[in-house]
Amino acid sequence: MLGYSITQWLFGILSFLAIMFGLMVVFTRNPINSVLYLVLTFFCIAGHYLLLNAQFLAVVHIVVYAGAIMVLFLFVIMLMNLNEDSEPQKAVITKVIAGCIGGVLLFVMVGSLKGAEQLQLQASGASQIGLVKNLGRVLFGEFLFPFEIASVLLLAAMVGAIMLGKKEIK
Amino acid sequence: MINGIPINYYILLSAILFIIGAVGVMARRNAIIIFMCIELMLNAVNLLLVAFSTLHNDANGQVFVFFVMAVAAAEVAVGLAILSMVYRNIKSIDIDLLSKLKN
Repeated sequence: MLGYSITQWLFGILSFLAIMFGLMVVFTRNPINSVLYLVLTFFCIAGHYLLLNAQFLAVVHIVVYAGAIMVLFLFVIMLMNLNEDSEPQKAVITKVIAGCIGGVLLFVMVGSLKGAEQLQLQASGASQIGLVKNLGRVLFGEFLFPFEIASVLLLAAMVGAIMLGKKEIK
Repeated sequence: MINGIPINYYILLSAILFIIGAVGVMARRNAIIIFMCIELMLNAVNLLLVAFSTLHNDANGQVFVFFVMAVAAAEVAVGLAILSMVYRNIKSIDIDLLSKLKN
């Protein structure tokens, strides 16, 4: 197909969709639509993880981001009853300046990439590190202590969220 | 499966996603949308970490992404609790109204 392999086609399509949905997140006025577009962006990124043979991360990404975090966002938006009418808008000049800053940032990043050498990703047979077996071995061997610390962090976040969410602290 | 995609393409894609997030943070006033744009920026960085970890055939990058996800989950829980508290107090989540510290 036009000299491109199926992987390259998939990469192109997924990248295009991810960027399009990402733009829609920023430019949609209705917050609920924004959340839904962000979920679609996350699915595209999960597709990229699958292309990179990082299967464990792809599944965790869908479960944690699309499944948990975005549902939390959706709940909060629905509780606050936000919609298009209540959506505050920045002044046009601020938006233009934000766009200009983004453009300059992209220009700098692309410019710094120009001199970099082209490294090709290895063929998939060589990369088995993304599988659950290999990743689990690293996670529960070398990174056991940080893993336990992460559990303390999640506990602290849970307690903090409950404390903040209470009506008044007695 | 991964044949012949230069790492530069992944860097470019991550840069574009990151900048979309950054522009969103600058151009929007709704605090929840700003939060979502921060998530988008985190994901752009995660994608790049996974790409480089595959490139160097080193699992540490993917473990790091795992920890970034855990921290992001904690951050969202606390952040949304703060936002709902703000909404309860000022009946809006417009960040331009949160300028009391200025005076």
